[in-house]
Amino acid sequence: MSNIFLIMFGAILTENFIFSRFYGCCPFLGVSDKPSTALGMGMAVTFVMTLSSAATYAVYYLLLEPFGLEYLKTIAFILVIASLVQFIEMFLKKYIPSLYSALGIYLPLITTNCAVLGAALVNIQDQNSFVESVVFGFSAALGFTMAITVFAGVRAKMQLSDPPKSFRGFPILLIAASLAAMAFSGFSGMKF
Amino acid sequence: MKYSIGKQFKEGIITNNPTFVQLLGMCPTLATTTSVINALGMGAAVTVVLMFSNLFISLVRKIVPKQIRIASYIVIISGFVTAVELIIKAFFPAIDASLGLFIPLIVVNCIILARAEAFASKNPPIPSMIDGISMGIGFTMALTCIAFVREFIGTGGILAAADGTGGLKILGSWYPGASIFLLPSGAFLTLGFIIALVQKISNTKAEKARLAKITAEDAERKEKAV
Repeated sequence: MSNIFLIMFGAILTENFIFSRFYGCCPFLGVSDKPSTALGMGMAVTFVMTLSSAATYAVYYLLLEPFGLEYLKTIAFILVIASLVQFIEMFLKKYIPSLYSALGIYLPLITTNCAVLGAALVNIQDQNSFVESVVFGFSAALGFTMAITVFAGVRAKMQLSDPPKSFRGFPILLIAASLAAMAFSGFSGMKF
Repeated sequence: MKYSIGKQFKEGIITNNPTFVQLLGMCPTLATTTSVINALGMGAAVTVVLMFSNLFISLVRKIVPKQIRIASYIVIISGFVTAVELIIKAFFPAIDASLGLFIPLIVVNCIILARAEAFASKNPPIPSMIDGISMGIGFTMALTCIAFVREFIGTGGILAAADGTGGLKILGSWYPGASIFLLPSGAFLTLGFIIALVQKISNTKAEKARLAKITAEDAERKEKAV
């Protein structure tokens, strides 16, 4: 049980996907312009990442490992994730239209979000059990959601500021992200 | 359109640099630039994948139906990524250890999918391959540039091996090293400042061109008046 807690704590704070592992920086810089869009993206990622952690675990240990095909894991995982995203999209469209209208536009973007594939590969590398894998996927996605939503708030404030001309747009964003990352690196002292 | 290799290289390396101008592939750019050797390793891996994936995607561009093209591109790309990953594991274990999961994650690197979609799916094989090489070199140079700044300020030397030994010690032992530059926040900071510099240069260029145009128009008007 304490192991599960450690995985959650690590994935959300000390090894935050964006600020310490750099997984999922593209959506982090791309869709964090409004807190509501950031939250939508975060929720979609959480949904997909939890399910894909379970699915990739099953594919790896039930299909690839018994046949000695571990080296095909990158190809297998990306296909699993791509088809899972497609499947979730169809399922939500048909059965939970309200959730589909909230998350729909973010779902296709998730296939190429490196956080999802990253979580699947970390699970294999750390030799997590099934429950640990799912917990890791879920909490890493929570950490992602937290980072992206908090940063969207920072960005909204930043629109009122007046940086030098060369720093407008992307550069000032990166510098703000640097300050946020500095705050998160404070958690890295909490080793267990 | 007249085809020219030189122009294509200039495009990939300078005018349309994938990292500094197109702002693609930020995850590996931020994560693997802690040392120049890491950056070169990552850049080389991406260049090889980009070259072969562009070549093969261009070869099959007329066979693959439009609806499933993205899925088939991803399969082609992940095939090459797996090959590169196995080669690096076998011959450069130190680089494999320090780059970690970022080698398999090349699959979801936006640069590769973006070039496949924007260039290789519309152009013949040889120009596509050259596009892959030039974009790869542009990416490698951008990575090396960031890594140079980070490693130099962070440790006072450059070109240290993946395990932190060797390399050129430029500043003497009096320099303690600003280790914040090796931490994640240093990555964001360095990239922010370098992109600001690039924007500054392009702004100045645009401004100069505008001024030159105005003076030329002025001269023309004066001539007409005379």
